[in-house]
Amino acid sequence: MKKRYFGLILYLVFAILPIYWMVNMSLKTNEEITGALTLWPRHLTFDNFRTILTDPAWYGGYINSLIYVLINTVLSVAVALPASYAFSRYEFLGDKHLFFWLLTNRMSPPAVFLLPFFQLYSSINLFDTHIAVALAHMLFNVPLAVWILEGFMAGIPREIDETAYIDGYSFPRFFVRIFIPLIGAGIGVTAFFCFMFSWVELLLARTLTSVNAKPIVAIMTRTVSAAGMDWGVLAAAGVLTIVPGALVIYFVRNYIAKGFAMGRV
Amino acid sequence: MAKIELAGLGHRYPGNDTYSLQPQTMVWEDGGAYALLGPSGCGKTTLLNIISGLLVPSEGRVLFDGRDVTSLPTERRNIAQVFQFPIIYDTMTVFDNLAFPLRNRKLAEPEVRSRVQEIAEILDLSADLKRRASGLSAEDKQRISLGRGLVRKDVAAVLFDEPLTVIDPHVKWLLRRQLKRIHHQLKLSLIYVTHDQIEALTFADRVVVMYQGQVVQMGTPQDLFETPAHTFVGHFIGSPGMNLLPCELNGSSIRIAEQSFAIDAALATRLAQVGKPLTLGVRPEFIQCAPGGEKAGLSAKVVRLEDLGTSKLLTVHLGGHQMKVKLGEHAQINADHVQLALQPARTMFYADDQRVA
Amino acid sequence: MLKTYNNKAWLLVLPVVLCVAFSAIIPLMTVVNYSVQDILGPDQKVFVGTEWFQLVMRDPELHAALGRQVLFSAAVLAIQIPLGILLALALPATGWRSSLSLVLLAMPLLIPQNVVGTIWQIYGRGDIGLAGAALTKLGVNYNYTGNSMDAWLTVLVMDIWHWTPLIALLAFAGLRAIPEAYYQAARIDGASRFAVFRFIQLPKLRGVLLIGLLLRFMDSFMIYTEPFVLTGGGPGNATTFLSQYLTQKAVGQFDLGPAAAFSLIYFLIILLACFVFYSLLQNAGPAEKAPH
Repeated sequence: MKKRYFGLILYLVFAILPIYWMVNMSLKTNEEITGALTLWPRHLTFDNFRTILTDPAWYGGYINSLIYVLINTVLSVAVALPASYAFSRYEFLGDKHLFFWLLTNRMSPPAVFLLPFFQLYSSINLFDTHIAVALAHMLFNVPLAVWILEGFMAGIPREIDETAYIDGYSFPRFFVRIFIPLIGAGIGVTAFFCFMFSWVELLLARTLTSVNAKPIVAIMTRTVSAAGMDWGVLAAAGVLTIVPGALVIYFVRNYIAKGFAMGRV
Repeated sequence: MAKIELAGLGHRYPGNDTYSLQPQTMVWEDGGAYALLGPSGCGKTTLLNIISGLLVPSEGRVLFDGRDVTSLPTERRNIAQVFQFPIIYDTMTVFDNLAFPLRNRKLAEPEVRSRVQEIAEILDLSADLKRRASGLSAEDKQRISLGRGLVRKDVAAVLFDEPLTVIDPHVKWLLRRQLKRIHHQLKLSLIYVTHDQIEALTFADRVVVMYQGQVVQMGTPQDLFETPAHTFVGHFIGSPGMNLLPCELNGSSIRIAEQSFAIDAALATRLAQVGKPLTLGVRPEFIQCAPGGEKAGLSAKVVRLEDLGTSKLLTVHLGGHQMKVKLGEHAQINADHVQLALQPARTMFYADDQRVA
Repeated sequence: MLKTYNNKAWLLVLPVVLCVAFSAIIPLMTVVNYSVQDILGPDQKVFVGTEWFQLVMRDPELHAALGRQVLFSAAVLAIQIPLGILLALALPATGWRSSLSLVLLAMPLLIPQNVVGTIWQIYGRGDIGLAGAALTKLGVNYNYTGNSMDAWLTVLVMDIWHWTPLIALLAFAGLRAIPEAYYQAARIDGASRFAVFRFIQLPKLRGVLLIGLLLRFMDSFMIYTEPFVLTGGGPGNATTFLSQYLTQKAVGQFDLGPAAAFSLIYFLIILLACFVFYSLLQNAGPAEKAPH
């Protein structure tokens, strides 16, 4: 009993320490950071956070990121819902190949698509817009969403569909009124993953934006290389990027395991 | 094989005030085939898990052949258990599945082989020994679960927790017959949990009926049918269940809904001593019925007559109470009222749900 | 469960197909286009056939990057999968301890990739980082910006920190899905703790572990941002993996032809590996579900 938890606690410390260190740093002045190593801030300061939250060049990045992440999550789930229903309920010409082809897109390295994406979105005047990043991220989020949702839907008995059709429901009405509420947990899990993968992605988001839709992650990397390292602000910016994720985890903490278990397991 | 005694055994789950299992004492004879019957949530599975050692009771003791095993872990109790759905080790062959309990107990390999072969023979699994267990049908998997229990020589009792739930109805009969054969062949004690009365009554020599955490009657199927010790047994066993009507003792006659009939003096004396509100219980099978007008018994209003194929079921109203009467295949009722005659020997009386006469 | 054959299902799939085709097929065509042409200037293109492919196949730097990549992915899988399973086994099943552990464990998963890089960049520095300073204090000559081995190990530890929780969460969910009766049966059969793991838990985890393996293989094989921020691919080329090398070629040197040819080869390698995993996954079949 004790031995088992010992290993776990050790790992949790390993997991948390680097994050703690960044939080610790974000609350220090630059003098303290570059001075002697201190395990907690001796001169507690919120200046680093103040810098970010009052400068539009900084906080605009957060807003940009949130906008494209949310567009991406909504669109990915919306198009994946009917498709995963089709995969879970019907056989049709080329279904297996289509499914595998979709999955291959989750497997393609973003680096491969950098240049073509840049050219594609420039040519249709979408470069440096939120929708461009959202669409680009759909490349890997839609296949994942279809995959997860299909698992959840396969767990819903087909008798429910048939009963609804016999009761005179049309397909759209059945789908929206009966089916979607049944897989609520699955949609939650899917949205969680879409949010996560879009939020953490840098390469495509950075390539497809320059000013108007520039995400926070890109702003961070560019500020780093500016003259002199403002460690405190960098750490504070990092801490703020963790906040949305931490909130999401907090709200779904009791469903993570259940969701996984109901879905593709 | 062992005699199982429960001494003052009761269980409360931690943090729960009410008993899941009321403290009780009873003896399960060696080599008996017992069925544990009751509705969902009556404590059957709790009792089973205490016997198998998966659960330690909050009070009382469990004795196997007089030896206290209350705190003994499952693996040292020599119990075999078959669960509601088949538990098999997917990655092993049928042979390895059956050999698993023996190998865990470090038996020599030649002995393992001969035991497994012997049990496979009994269970008709010999042909499948080399196959992967995961590819078999549900009933074969249940046979493997059973086999893993039987393969050990020292098994004290085999416990079944509704093992036929996932089996097709037509195979159920086969499997149950096989179980009875094995019971006779190996002289094992069997405890079979179910909520299906037909399953319990056809399988067991003795049926233990549980209700709200308590054993309300233990007896042969015939006892349960003819002399239910508790109103629940009367109601739960039989189809339809026993008619239960509130009644009063009035001198040497019984009064039900403004009508009376005489009973013999000895019974009247006994009932007079109870001093609590009485309930009369009579099974639909034990009521005779004559057309209205003849003043012989209780007069009841006919509600409907249903044809059940091999018999007919009459529903009547007696005062404000509904009653069911089973009639012969060719019975005809043309009147609006009938006279009901109750057989004295088949008429039970209950107070506080317990049988008093 | 038998599915009905109905080609109208294509209508339901259409939005997904359109959207993914837009983001996948058109760019892929562009890549194919580049890979067989030499672009001398605007509107000046020459068809060069397989020249770029031959060039790329013979590129020793690419071979080195591929070697590092394979080694890295192999190390990632060999460490993260067993470690993730161990964590899942150690996690409390219910209660606040379970929730707390899960939340803490999941934290690194939701941190943007470049911030992961930043965190470790800070954490590992000898002057201002806790780990770097601690190692230096212990007398270890550790410097991830100067020493190739240190850099490589830091990237590996960072990836373990970042992604092991995914395996742990998947395995944890898989473990919770095993009905209690399996453990009871094993106790009755007298199975040891190890036998329970070997014959019940591991077979039941097979499905989730294959998914975890697939995801971890793909993502580790495509890793870009974290090492980019942490080491920039250095020192030298010590942490230049395939995506780094590709980006250097395409964006840094603007060698479009070779970069495109390289992209296609890269893509095919991943596709092939994933096809193997995917076939395994399909053959594993649906895990048997208990009625509950």
